[in-house]
Amino acid sequence: MEILVILVPLALMLGLAGLAGFLWSLRSGQYDDLDGAAWRAIADDEPPQEAPAKR
Amino acid sequence: MQVTRDFSHYVRTAGEGVQHIDLAVEGVHCAGCMAKIERGLSAIPDVTLARVNLTDRRVALEWKQGTLDPSRFIDRLAELGYKAYPYETESAEATEVAESRFLLRCLGVAAFATMNVMMLSIPVWSGNVSDMLPEQRDFFHWLSALIALPAAAYAGQPFFRSAWRALSNKTTNMDVPISIGVCLALGMSVVETIHHAEHAYFDAAIMLLTFLLVGRFLDQNMRRRTRAVAGNLAALKAETAAKFVGPDEISQVPVAAIHPGDIVLLRPGERCAIDGTVIEGRSEIDQSLITGETLYVTAEQGTPVYAGSMNISGTLRVRVSAASEATLLAEITRLLDNALQGRSRYMRLADSASRLYAPVVHATALFTILGWIIAGAGWHDAIVTGVAVLIITCPCALGLAIPTVQTVASGAMFKSGVLLNSGDAIERLAESDYVIFDKTGTLTLPHLEVTNAADIPADMFDLAGRLALSSHHPVAAAVAQAAVAKSPIVGAIEETGQGVRATVDDVEIRLGRPSFCGADALVGDGADLDPEASSAAFSKGSEKFILSVRQGLRPDAQAVIAALKARNIGVEILSGDREPAVRAAAHALGVPEWRAGVTPADKIARIEELKRRGAKVLMVGDGMNDAPSLAAAHVSMSPISAAHLSQATADLIFLGRPLAPVVAAIDSARKALHLMRQNLRLAIAYNVLAVPIAISGVVTPLIAAAAMSGSSILVMLNSLRARSASREIV
Repeated sequence: MEILVILVPLALMLGLAGLAGFLWSLRSGQYDDLDGAAWRAIADDEPPQEAPAKR
Repeated sequence: MQVTRDFSHYVRTAGEGVQHIDLAVEGVHCAGCMAKIERGLSAIPDVTLARVNLTDRRVALEWKQGTLDPSRFIDRLAELGYKAYPYETESAEATEVAESRFLLRCLGVAAFATMNVMMLSIPVWSGNVSDMLPEQRDFFHWLSALIALPAAAYAGQPFFRSAWRALSNKTTNMDVPISIGVCLALGMSVVETIHHAEHAYFDAAIMLLTFLLVGRFLDQNMRRRTRAVAGNLAALKAETAAKFVGPDEISQVPVAAIHPGDIVLLRPGERCAIDGTVIEGRSEIDQSLITGETLYVTAEQGTPVYAGSMNISGTLRVRVSAASEATLLAEITRLLDNALQGRSRYMRLADSASRLYAPVVHATALFTILGWIIAGAGWHDAIVTGVAVLIITCPCALGLAIPTVQTVASGAMFKSGVLLNSGDAIERLAESDYVIFDKTGTLTLPHLEVTNAADIPADMFDLAGRLALSSHHPVAAAVAQAAVAKSPIVGAIEETGQGVRATVDDVEIRLGRPSFCGADALVGDGADLDPEASSAAFSKGSEKFILSVRQGLRPDAQAVIAALKARNIGVEILSGDREPAVRAAAHALGVPEWRAGVTPADKIARIEELKRRGAKVLMVGDGMNDAPSLAAAHVSMSPISAAHLSQATADLIFLGRPLAPVVAAIDSARKALHLMRQNLRLAIAYNVLAVPIAISGVVTPLIAAAAMSGSSILVMLNSLRARSASREIV
């Protein structure tokens, strides 16, 4: 059972990493526009800029 | 005179050589709009950022300093089919956003702690019934304490602060029992851990905070969203004034950039956006938005004008004054202060629940401790049982019962065109059983309509509409709109205060006062029947027609009044307008109770009288003269076209032409109040079941955790039923 001494802190570290990630995403404004973000994920990429016609 | 649009007030510098502006945009609904706007704006050279926020319906734009004029973005958006206007964050909204972020951060911390403490608790619960060593259990308890204590200290801040504020004002609120419960649970758990005990309640305490923070966050988010939408609507009204920047040069600047002492130009057909005094010019002004009176008032040098007045005939120069100088405004402000003091006496459902709740719970815990000591138990066991009672009764479901319903109901109201200004408005609206309507701008539409277009030959009406395009007079604007005129007649001449004339195919056509068109003889038949209408005339050579123009009733006003009566709600009209006009409207709508020519003070007196008789009054009004009575009534509503002061005072704001949102809001509110009460009953029923178990001393942390999450989820699911509010209104 000594393995617990390593595994439990490891699990907590992973949890802390998750929390840090959440706080970072909050700070960088990722929760400011949830409706828009939902659509952006499935939006088409911008069409490539058409080069001026030279033929 | 040269006119320019000046938006420099809204532009701010964002970093080196980059300028930033926020625009409120109307009509952005989907991903398609978002992509269209972002591509359309990014295509402008030197634009470095164009990002749409779909939640708040805004666009953030950045560009290289000095290369572009902000009005270009607005023109570009107009080409794409969107109405946009610069938007300035008010301090109230900024506070809501900051508060909302803080709650989300607290929620994140609390949720992290709950998950990890639970990860440690479940092995302890299962280990207690199998083969866990006491050392292992202590290790897990100490780890739990290490996570839960700092997390609770951080995530509990919203509750601790609010509880402290209530206690220092010598009152209690829901946060007092919450704070006491959490602190005692954590303190007891630490003591138990030191003494190598079997049970610790770290998980219960932190889970309680998590659930309560969900409720708080939902509540806050609802308010933030309402503020954002209201802010956009205010911005999109695009209130500007023509300010003199030189003796003969004017600039169209946003109202926010106008200061007392500035001189502005008020042209015919313009709505005044500021308060001030006329220094030059002579005109008639329509003050119906302020006083409810639909007859025009003559304005000349020295006449005070208020924001919301419409200039009718002549051009005026107005010196901007500080708001408090004006006597009408000062009087209204005084009445408003008195009325608002009365309002704050209302006790919200949640507060009254907590006022009953806290003493009962604390007394039960105390009696449990005393009871166990009398029954011969030791001090330690008695106190542990008493704290267990506090933990299990902590108002977890109670804290969710009301915010969850409010959030769902406000979403449903938003869809039917109603914005909530204050969260407890739902409770008050649901109780209302008497509706007082203002007439002008509330029962009637805020703009003029031609009522007898059908009596006039189509080609004549078309011609009148084209001629009307050459005038700024509001009656002319109504005629032009009714005739769907597009091409103005070349060479039309406007005679101030009289009308417009032009020559078409060698025949003179005129539109204006009946005397201007030589049609005085025709006036008299139609105008008598319709006291609110003003008459205009149109003549082509010797053919003469009378056009009757008036503020039309909202299209569904009659149906709404009928629907209110069907719900057993009393209806009354209180208007500042003349008697014949009010009588005609009351008659058309079938409202027997009406009063005309009432002053703001009279309106309040009438509301007070109804209050004494036990009626809960809903006041629906838009004028500045309605603001005090909106505040005095039990609950109040304003159309979006209302004066600023009224809009700020009203609990709810409805959008669009129909009046139906009034009934829809009452229906949603009644359903929501029913669900809130049901939720409170569910939460109390849970306590009634759980308390005997806690008093008997057999509660384990596992039972506490299961009961807490079970009741919270039940209450949240029940709240979702507020979403399915029925749509058939009238």
